[in-house]
Amino acid sequence: MKFAIMINEGVYQHQSTDSAYQFVKAAIEKGHEVPRVFFYHDGVYNASSLTDPPKDDRNIVMRWAKLAKEHNIDMVVCVAAALRRGIKEENLAEGFRISGLGQLVEAGIQADRLVVFGD
Amino acid sequence: MGKEMTESTGGIDFEDEDASGVIKKFMFVNRKAPYGTIYALESLEVVLISAAFDQDVSLTFMDDGVYQIVKGQHTKAIDVKNFSPTYRALEGYDIEKLYVEKESLEQRGLTEADLLVDVQVMSSAEIAKIMSEQDVVISF
Amino acid sequence: MLHIVNKSPFENRTLDSCLRVALNEPGAALLLIEDAVYAASKSGSFESAMKDALGKVKVYALWPDIEARGMQDRVIEGIKMVDYGGFVDLVAEHSNCQSWL
Repeated sequence: MKFAIMINEGVYQHQSTDSAYQFVKAAIEKGHEVPRVFFYHDGVYNASSLTDPPKDDRNIVMRWAKLAKEHNIDMVVCVAAALRRGIKEENLAEGFRISGLGQLVEAGIQADRLVVFGD
Repeated sequence: MGKEMTESTGGIDFEDEDASGVIKKFMFVNRKAPYGTIYALESLEVVLISAAFDQDVSLTFMDDGVYQIVKGQHTKAIDVKNFSPTYRALEGYDIEKLYVEKESLEQRGLTEADLLVDVQVMSSAEIAKIMSEQDVVISF
Repeated sequence: MLHIVNKSPFENRTLDSCLRVALNEPGAALLLIEDAVYAASKSGSFESAMKDALGKVKVYALWPDIEARGMQDRVIEGIKMVDYGGFVDLVAEHSNCQSWL
């Protein structure tokens, strides 16, 4: 089955992105595909290359980037939401790309299920 | 090649757009009030983009989401963009299925006459039925 | 439909709203994740609402979130625990899902 994921909240502030990550990992382990994760609202902060969490805690941004690379997940950050919040190409973490809301709708059309994680 | 991928095209190259003709039922659920948070405004932006995809789109307003479509919003003093007129423009994009939960209106002392756009007021049970028929439900 | 709730019912009314809708739907299932797992606590003021829900729909709670919050010994009987793999299965088994945000 193909799962599309939408993440509406940023890093560390809410558990949403953590829940989403564990869900995606579990889905992949079960043999499902996760072709795209779409980041909206404060979710765009998951793509910031400037995050610098304590070393004894999970690194949310890098964790996503690693999973995406290993499993060919398209990590899309909404351009409008990103611009509002100061996420641009120059501070975009590796593994993410900035694009439009059409990518979310397209993911909803093409996937078997779309799961939203937010507040 | 195709058109430039921009914010207004939703980042899609129309010439390469998936023309498989798949039509899914998309429901956008709004449960939060406007202005106190950005969810109402940014959800509307998704709804507008979805119009370009010829899907079967509906919106449900429940709980504080009903406040998004209440008449008389004047935002000059808070210096925040008033996006409530955009709900009236949805019809022009063929987005006409706007559902409002009756219980949410009643809890807030509101009636259909307080709303700035034509809606279908439905009970929780009727909303449950419509929700169960959706392919994709996006909440904000 | 699989209804997913992530907020504590003691903090906000999302679970109330979800139940108001979901209990009308035959075959619905409710999954409590993140702070919503507190709704699964025995002896809390939400216990009777949850027991009522159990009479009509299937109710699940995400075990990792229960354990993280020290709720392991307080779960209302009848609420089934699932891990993230079980969460994935629930999404796959239901024809659609809704996160109540």
